[in-house]
Amino acid sequence: MKLYEFKAKELMRKHGIPIPMGQVVSSPDEIKTLPGPVMVKAQVLIGGRGKAGGIKPAETVDEAKKAASAILGMNIKGYVTKQVLLEQRLEVDKELYLGMTIDRSRRGMLLMASASGGMDIESVPDDKLLMLSIDPLMGYQQFIGRRVASFLELPKEQATQVMGIVSKIYELAESEDAELVEINPLVITKDGKVVAGDAKITIDSDAMFRHKEYDELEEDLTPLEAKAKKLDIAFVQLDGNIGVIANGAGLTMATLDSINMFGGKAGVFLDLGGTDDPEKVREAMQLMSEANPKVILLNIFGGITKCDTVAKGVLEAIKDIKNKVPIVARIKGVNEELGREMLSNAGMIPASGLSEAAEKASKESLR
Amino acid sequence: MAVIVDSNTTVVVQGITGYQGTYHSKAMKDFGTKVVAGVTPGKAGQTVNDIPVFNSVAEAVAKTGANTSCIFVPAPFTRDSVMEAIDAGIKTIVAVTEHVPVHDAIHFVAVAQSRGVVLIGPNCPGLASPGLGKVGILPSKIFMKGDVGVVSRSGTLTYEIVNAMTEQGIGQSTCVGIGGDRVPGTNFVDVLAKFQDDPLTRKIVMVGEIGGTAEEEAAEFIKTNVTKPVVAYIAGRTAPPGKRMGHAGAIIARGRGTAESKITALEAAGVKVARIPTDVPELIR
Repeated sequence: MKLYEFKAKELMRKHGIPIPMGQVVSSPDEIKTLPGPVMVKAQVLIGGRGKAGGIKPAETVDEAKKAASAILGMNIKGYVTKQVLLEQRLEVDKELYLGMTIDRSRRGMLLMASASGGMDIESVPDDKLLMLSIDPLMGYQQFIGRRVASFLELPKEQATQVMGIVSKIYELAESEDAELVEINPLVITKDGKVVAGDAKITIDSDAMFRHKEYDELEEDLTPLEAKAKKLDIAFVQLDGNIGVIANGAGLTMATLDSINMFGGKAGVFLDLGGTDDPEKVREAMQLMSEANPKVILLNIFGGITKCDTVAKGVLEAIKDIKNKVPIVARIKGVNEELGREMLSNAGMIPASGLSEAAEKASKESLR
Repeated sequence: MAVIVDSNTTVVVQGITGYQGTYHSKAMKDFGTKVVAGVTPGKAGQTVNDIPVFNSVAEAVAKTGANTSCIFVPAPFTRDSVMEAIDAGIKTIVAVTEHVPVHDAIHFVAVAQSRGVVLIGPNCPGLASPGLGKVGILPSKIFMKGDVGVVSRSGTLTYEIVNAMTEQGIGQSTCVGIGGDRVPGTNFVDVLAKFQDDPLTRKIVMVGEIGGTAEEEAAEFIKTNVTKPVVAYIAGRTAPPGKRMGHAGAIIARGRGTAESKITALEAAGVKVARIPTDVPELIR
């Protein structure tokens, strides 16, 4: 779950990382005083807001109000701006980059640092980017901070500040269950202070059970996506007309690949994951019918998810669904006989293998 | 011998009194696995499917000599359960649980590695050596004893491919579902190395998916270390970039982790790559 800049900065302040003084507002009327010249920044969960006109300077309260009303409601790459952050303007001497993310290959946290801050880190050449894997059994140690400071070629006073920030990023990532912490730019001001200019934090959605504080925050989702998220169902809208329901990301993707081989195109895919609750299957079917596919392809390989559970949920769902579409059903694995028997009289198009199911669904979709 | 699970495997099921633990401890027994103990704190003295239940893994190990654990506890408790198993001297752990926080996984994976413990998962179906036993939730009926080692990042897709192989009369030595999480206890390279050394395994099927660079690393490893024929399938060839495809974090981002880069790397390592899962049996035959 991505956090807004102001939320990310609140977390950084909580962990002792210096941030500029600021205020979040959702209406220009809330602006009464300024801490000096400010930047008015759109709070959206997408990059590139500066280029889109979502960041404006202001010297006075009137100017700030004007900037805020221009930015509030602004549509930035499909995201509507609902809040702006008014932030003390920094006198920038230098812009650095600091980030921490999950390193899949080394199975730990990866620290990234660069003296080329303020730009897209993907476009920073390899030799200008320091990447350090942190051994989880060691955790953060000062030598890591020293390596960062020396790579960035910082004078002693700033080096000390940056080392402190590196250790705090690690501490923040661990204790807040962040899978990404990024400060870009990390600003060195003209008076020698090191301050987080921008902040990106993504919280691990699997760790929400110990972070109840985020229940209120919701990412911008379509109504159907929001529903799916509540049900803990992976739901992705694509541009074809076949609705695919499968269990497991790999099987779902393999189903898409197979449909593609037979000339069909998936419009929605829905991954049940490992559930064994017929009610969840029913809700998934309901969700799928709301997405309006021309044909539904049900491809289940039972393990944790048992075939009879799926059959039960599907049967419950078709009772209520009004816009009937052809359903190609392919059910294998744990309790498959039971599942198939339950579905045999429900008017579905049976298929025994993945290729056969993909072929039948593609044919129906092109009809 | 087979890989990881063989006739010496004795299993303790952590979370045995729960619905999944109860169901799958029976399925494992029916498959021929020696399930010798279960653990649920506070439920010592009970039996589940004639398997004695203990309060702790340490007790279960002391009383039954279990050497392998299969974990079914909910995600918030998985970290504790893995650590408990390691502490009790368990040498092979299969963590089935999905949605484990990534920072928990980072920690218990590191501890397992430092203690020489083979950890498979989290978020994995486990593994099966047909004729010898299984640890995890793989459906028993799809397997057939044979000489092909299967390693996969996906759960249900593994079943799909193994089932297609069995239907074509192609048996398996061991099938390992390493799971699709970002920080897996066991990765492709770990399993490929074991298959290369296993006399029972003559050929290898590897099932990957988009996201991350595990398949590219596997390709590098195969090039220099694997002499047995390898067939691969990479799921998500037609997945659109930037969309998270399911829970597994399968996402094409920043131009990395595409099916194309994985397929190219594997083919360069001499691996035959199937276009759809049902093509795998023909290629491995």
